[in-house]
Amino acid sequence: MEAKDILILAIESSCDETAASVVRNGREVLSNVIASQIVLHTQFGGVVPEIASRKHIEKINQVITCALEEAKVDLDDITAVAVTYGPGLVGALLVGVAEAKAIAYGAGKPLVGVHHIEGHVAANFITSYPGRADSGMCKEGLGTLSRLPGQAGLEPPFVCLIVSGGHTHLVIVKDYGEFEIIGRTRDDAAGEAFDKVARAVGLGYPGGPKIDQAAQKGNPHAIEFPRARVEGAPYDFSFSGLKSAVLNHINHAKMTGQEICVPDLAASFQKAVVEALVSRGIQAAREYGYKKLAIAGGVASNSALRAAMAEACRENRLEFYYPETIFCTDNAAMIGAAGYYEYLRGTRHGWDLNAVPDLKLGERIKEKV
Amino acid sequence: MIILGIESSSMVASVALVKDGITMAEYTVNFKKTHSQTLLPMIDEMVSMVEMKLADLDAIAVSGGPGSFTGLRIGSATAKGLGLALNKPLVHVPTLDAMAYGMWGSSALLCPMMDARRNQVYTGLYHCREELKVLRPSCAMDAGELTEVLNRQGEPVILLGDGTAVHERLCRERLTVPFSFGPAHLNRQRAAAVAALGAVYLAEGKTETAMEHKPDYLRKAQAERELEEARRQGKTQELAAGHSVGTGEKQPSREKDQ
Repeated sequence: MEAKDILILAIESSCDETAASVVRNGREVLSNVIASQIVLHTQFGGVVPEIASRKHIEKINQVITCALEEAKVDLDDITAVAVTYGPGLVGALLVGVAEAKAIAYGAGKPLVGVHHIEGHVAANFITSYPGRADSGMCKEGLGTLSRLPGQAGLEPPFVCLIVSGGHTHLVIVKDYGEFEIIGRTRDDAAGEAFDKVARAVGLGYPGGPKIDQAAQKGNPHAIEFPRARVEGAPYDFSFSGLKSAVLNHINHAKMTGQEICVPDLAASFQKAVVEALVSRGIQAAREYGYKKLAIAGGVASNSALRAAMAEACRENRLEFYYPETIFCTDNAAMIGAAGYYEYLRGTRHGWDLNAVPDLKLGERIKEKV
Repeated sequence: MIILGIESSSMVASVALVKDGITMAEYTVNFKKTHSQTLLPMIDEMVSMVEMKLADLDAIAVSGGPGSFTGLRIGSATAKGLGLALNKPLVHVPTLDAMAYGMWGSSALLCPMMDARRNQVYTGLYHCREELKVLRPSCAMDAGELTEVLNRQGEPVILLGDGTAVHERLCRERLTVPFSFGPAHLNRQRAAAVAALGAVYLAEGKTETAMEHKPDYLRKAQAERELEEARRQGKTQELAAGHSVGTGEKQPSREKDQ
């Protein structure tokens, strides 16, 4: 390690993934360890908070130790410990927060609390990770797809569309750690709609990848589902109407004895969601005058969204950025990337740092004096 | 030998340093602040008060349950994080055992009882005349049933723990054996007792690694119990889905902690 290198040990436990990572200088991921509980929660049809918390405490030391080993570093080499402290499931967050605080305290390192969604945005800063030395962040600009090597990468300002199972936000990232929210969902998150529709047609949990897969073989024009707009708020989203329309379609088909073509339904539903996301993202970049657009969050791994956004960005001469799939779902590398920039901004949290389950995007809680 | 004791199984947040048979420092708070806000600042303050280096610790003893699920996990994660950073072993001390150990020298039957909600208590039965003897290991039990157990035991009993506040009337009505409630300095969890009993276990070689340690809740999660019940009744799918949090991410816990 170079003496000037800043190494962040990052810990993430906000939902159902126990994750730890070592990130160098905010952009190079040296290790990215994720213990997923998804199989465990599938039998309940969704994440059970108490069970998630129990698994976190069982796995967390293994995951952290593994992250340090894979990065070939000791705790001594680490500059600071970063941890997700919200938003998320409070019991799950508390495991990571208490663990990170104790490690930072025991090892004599500064502690940096990180906002989970700011982490998702920062996934776009990652330029390399183990096994893919020259890639990590993907950029599609002006007609050519390129994987950015080495130190180059996305820098603010840019427009970012954050889409996951719990969040749908359209934000302007003005600088590292500075966000202006210009749009949000009025009801369901985009990923939530995916989960509910997937469950209704028997595809199971998690809905996003299942719908994405089923839609590959379907006709996106087979069923015309509504595209909702929120009056007076051009950048806000609404997915509950779409979800209801899909459920009504299913009920109607059942009552009239028609067979549902799941691929067609999945493709048509997915197209409606993707159109809502793409149109607002592009509109925001154009009207606010930004040249770069990024997507983040679990739904950012959706192949139809990536393809449609890439196409729209090409047409509108915007640079399009999206994280590698592994950094779209919950992970600690993104927390390490965000934690690095928070560290540079001087953020230092005290040993009384608490989990904040409803932490707002861009919000900064009291820091250590 | 220096042992750090950590206790966060109930409302009480307590930390202590026990060195060679002496309590060097103990810091106990029974206040509404969450353990997440109190526990580590208390350790920090205590350690600097006695001018100790964390590296000089021999082991970390943690109150391992039963108790508040979240409280136990905060104590456990704190112990595991310290154990990882300092490369020290952990000692798992059953919460109720440590409470009884605090009454060392008493000839009475010792019955710590922690409020476990739903009219139950986490409890165990102990003698601690010259050493701790576990007559009945930690379990969850109806408070009424516990009074019958105590009556059958037929000995004078000292009642401890926050369960006494909830069930005092029941005890006064139902108990036929002589009984008393522990005084303020002995009737709740104390980390010095966790560390002192931890020292005994450490001497006996009963340690675990920071990686191995996990709390002992004595109860399954509500969703697990409901799923098992549904399976017994042969209607798995719809019931299980009904008790889930649906879509997964970022929803507040619907499950009562306890």
